[in-house]
Order: sequence, then C-alpha cells, then structure tokens
Amino acid sequence: MTAPETPNARRLRLPFRGDRAYAFNWIGRIGLCIILFWLVIAVIGQWIAPYPVGKIVGWDYFAPVSREFWMGTDYLGRDIFSRVLMGARYTVGIALAAVALAVAAGVILGMMAAVAGGWFDLLLSRFVDAFNGIPSLLFGLVVVAAVGSSIPVLVLTLAAIYMPGAYRFARALAVNVNAMDFVTVARARGEHTSYLIACEILPNILGPVLADLGLRFVYIVLVLSGLSFLGLGVQPPNADWGALVRENIEGLSLGAPAVIFPSIAIASLTISVNMFIDNLPTKIRDRSD
Amino acid sequence: MLRSATTWLLIGQRLGTALITLVIVSFAVFFATELLPGDVAEILLGQAATPEAVTGLREAMGLNEPAILRFLGWLGGLATGDLGTSYVNKVEVADLLAGRLANSLRLAGIVTAICVPLSLSLGIAAAMWRNTLFDRVISVMTISVISVPEFMVATLAVLIFAVWLDWLPALSYGVDVDSLGAMLRAYAMPVITLSFVVSAQMIRMTRAAVIETINTPYVEMALLKGASRARMVLIHALPNALGPIANAVALSLSYLVGGVIIVETVFNYPGVAKLMVDAVSTRDLPLIQSCAMIFCVSYLSLITLADMIAILSNPRLRH
Repeated sequence: MTAPETPNARRLRLPFRGDRAYAFNWIGRIGLCIILFWLVIAVIGQWIAPYPVGKIVGWDYFAPVSREFWMGTDYLGRDIFSRVLMGARYTVGIALAAVALAVAAGVILGMMAAVAGGWFDLLLSRFVDAFNGIPSLLFGLVVVAAVGSSIPVLVLTLAAIYMPGAYRFARALAVNVNAMDFVTVARARGEHTSYLIACEILPNILGPVLADLGLRFVYIVLVLSGLSFLGLGVQPPNADWGALVRENIEGLSLGAPAVIFPSIAIASLTISVNMFIDNLPTKIRDRSD
Repeated sequence: MLRSATTWLLIGQRLGTALITLVIVSFAVFFATELLPGDVAEILLGQAATPEAVTGLREAMGLNEPAILRFLGWLGGLATGDLGTSYVNKVEVADLLAGRLANSLRLAGIVTAICVPLSLSLGIAAAMWRNTLFDRVISVMTISVISVPEFMVATLAVLIFAVWLDWLPALSYGVDVDSLGAMLRAYAMPVITLSFVVSAQMIRMTRAAVIETINTPYVEMALLKGASRARMVLIHALPNALGPIANAVALSLSYLVGGVIIVETVFNYPGVAKLMVDAVSTRDLPLIQSCAMIFCVSYLSLITLADMIAILSNPRLRH
C-alpha cells in the first residue's frame, strides 16, 4: 500500500459521476421519496410524535381513527401514530445496521476469495454453501431462543443470515473483474492484494453491490418483522413495526387501525425499496449473474 | 439421454455438499441450544432442586460428559429415531411430533397441489403475453406479495375473508372437523395465505425461465417463419424451459418452510411450526432441536433437489 493518496481518492468515487446525470423514471422516484421519508422519520420520529410512546393516553382500547389519535389506539390505549413513528427507528435502524454489516463483510470476503483463489476460496465457498442450507427465519428463531433477544443480538443474527448471499454475489462479480487486463497489469506491477481489492476491483463492482444491498435490506426487514411478530424480535415496551402488529393482532377481528397501520408502514418501505431497485438505470444495477 | 461423467460428478458433489451441510446444521442446532442459560437439571427439578438431586440427575442424564460426546449421542439418537423426551411434559418427542408432522405435511401437500398448476399456467401465460396489461398486473401483484412479510398476507386474508366478507372464521382452528364443509373452512385461511406466498415466487421464476428460452435464436426463428405466439411459446420454447421451471418449482416450495412457521402461529394451526414456537417460549430443548432438524432437512432436500434438476436438465452437460 505505497500508492499515493490522490489516485486512490479519485478512483474510489461512487459510480454516480457528476458529469453524467442518471435519469430515474417516475416509479423509481416515488420509491426513493418513500425511502427518504422513512429514513427521516427514523431520525426525527422521537421529536414529532404527538404523545409519549409508552404512555396510555386514550380511555378506549383499539379506538378508531380520530382527530385526536391519527391512527387510533392500541390494545392498551396507547397512541399508534407515535408508536409507528418510533417503530421506524427500530425497523429501519436494525435493518440498516445488519445489512451494512452483512454486505461489508460479504463483499470484503468475496473479493478476497476472488483475488486470492486457491484453498482460501474453496474453503470459504464450501462453508458459505453449507450455511445457505439453513432457512433464515428458523436460524433466527434458534439463535434468539438460545441467547435471548436484544438489539445487538438481532443485528448480528440478521447480518449472519445475509452475509453468505452477499459473499456469493460479490465473489461472482469480482471473479469476472479479476480476469481483466488492468488487474493483471496491476498484479504484474507488484501491487499488494489489499490494493487490488480496494482500488481495482471494488470500484468496478460497486454499482451492482449497492443494488444488491437494497434487495438484501428488504429481506432483512421481512425477517426482522417476522421474528418480532413471533415475539422474538424487539422486546416490549419498545416495538418495531412487526412487534406492533403482534401486540395488536387481537384487534384484527374488529378491523382495528392498530393492526393495519404498522402493516402499511412495513409494506410501504419494502415495496418502495423494491420499486426503486427495479427501476435503477441498468448502468448501475447491471448484474453479471 | 446419456449423461456424461461430468453430470454425475456434479450431482455427487451436490449431494456431498448437502450431507456436509446437514452435519454442520445439526452441529449448529445442538450447540445453539446448548448456549441457553440455566442448568437443565435445575430447570427440570424446579422446586426440588437440592444440590444432591441436581448432581444425581446430571449424572443420570449424562450431562457431565463432554459436549462433543453428547452431540454424537444425540446425532445417533436422531438417526435411529430416538428423539429424546420433552422437558416440559415428559412425553417422548417422537410421539409429540408424529401427529403434528402429519398436520403440517397435509397443509404443505394441499398448498403444493393448488400452487403448482396455478402458478405454472399464470407464469407461462405472463411470459407468452409479455408486456401486456395481463403481464403487468401479474408482475405488480407478485412483487407486492413478495415484498411484504408472510404475516401481513395472513392479516390481509383475515381482514378480507373474515372481517369484511364474513365468509370464514377469523384466527380459529377447529380441531374436531367432522364434515367436509367444516374441514374446508378450517383449512381455507392457512391454505390461502401460504398459496399466495408460494405462488408469487413460483410465478415470477416460471415467467423468467420461459422468457429466457424465448430470447434464444431458435425461438426467434419460429417467430420469423410465421408461427403464432402460442405455438412459438408452447411448442418451441416450453420443452426447453421445463428444466428451469422444475428448478423454480422446487426452489419456491422451499419458501413453504419459512411461511409455515408464521402461518401456523397466526392461525393456531396444530403443526410442527406451532409446536416449535411454543417450545421456544417454554425452552423445551429436545423439542426445539427435533423441530429445527425437521425444518432444516426439508428445506435442504428441496434446494438440493432444485440444484440437481438444474444440473440434470442442462443440455450442455449431455454427451
């Protein structure tokens, strides 16, 4: 790693170059807007919530939508609107942390396997294949049953579930780039493996990897909600959206808004990420496998 | 249809990977449950946990032996059908599982019987009339079902069929089903929910498999010589898409494993998944281990089957 600082910095740019505007179509734009909306809510939700999250504010449980309670009240008479706003922080935050961890670890290991090859690649790939044979929700269920549920455990478990996929994806892309002339040249120059990974391979696979990150984010939100729905995710008195649905499932036969709004929140987030990724310009999400 | 040595080698490799996976999975399941805090002997004895009694029981249960020996013993027991005894109600796990497994398999069987013909026809039709209104409606619907959690599909089904239309009972499962009508009502909700989840995957994958074949030169040739769209897809493209489609079917059915955990919980359906979720809350280790193994084995068999179909149906390996 004796390469000068400047070329590194120049080459490590994101694939969104300033001089080339990427046009998103309108479906992609709507998706992006909803994603940004929930991101903002996740950050500022605490301050714009009209009522304290854990406080029982209504006399009636499973109250309908009213001017006072925008999304009705839950099974204890707490304000659902405030709880959904705070739930955004848990759902989006845990899923983002987990996906970042999973993709970072998976991509780094995948590039190392592609560049190093040999027994390192073989061993890691076999291990990851084996890990892929475990159904994700079940893995979460067993781990959470074993060590108990807390937010760090959830993040690590979800990251562990989706790391193998990110590894396979990044490795497949990196193997192709690794065969190109400029990598051979760099290797002939005597560059170190870490230089090859960071400056030759990563910039060339970054677009598809980011698109893949979006899809993996959706899966993680789904598994997290599933775990919370089974009562193994975020623990009371806190609640992510999955846990909000679980808490209020009794109100389902009454058609209570307390069940419907958290569900809509989950669906709006996951569907808009899918819409956004599906409509990315092919230049960015061009996949090689 | 002679298969070359390469094909058999690939199949052998795939089966080998599956076996290794199975060992790793059982290892993981055993040690994950070992991590549970609290001493098993103390939990079992409850109020009567005097130090002498705990030592005696630990000795009797073989808990003082090294973990690896206990793991091998447990694995041997699994292989010979001895699944251990439930901690909570002292019943043989095998007896607890027998009836539940039949229930879960019945549910999965009904869903498969409904989904496969339905999704294949919808998937092929969507590929045949690609980019038409029909195709778009199908694609929006499948994307929506895939992007939401299984429990939401279940919730929606209850809202529509039980609350608004009032056709079916909400969130209840009658154990004593005496007539055909009662049985239909009991199964309708879980089956509808699971079918949605599994079909959405299957339709998408089938459509993709057929479209991939349509994009080949020989299908274009059929179009150029004047074959109708239906003839082009059904006679020319479909036979060659059968392998990928079979692969898609096996792969989508593996979504049953995750789906069934949620659906059995939501609808209180007495299957293996419900048993396992209950076992997690009562910390009944032998029961959790056995249930987890059942799910892992079925999931693993389905994805291994899918891979093997993909290998066997690849014409490039056929010489």
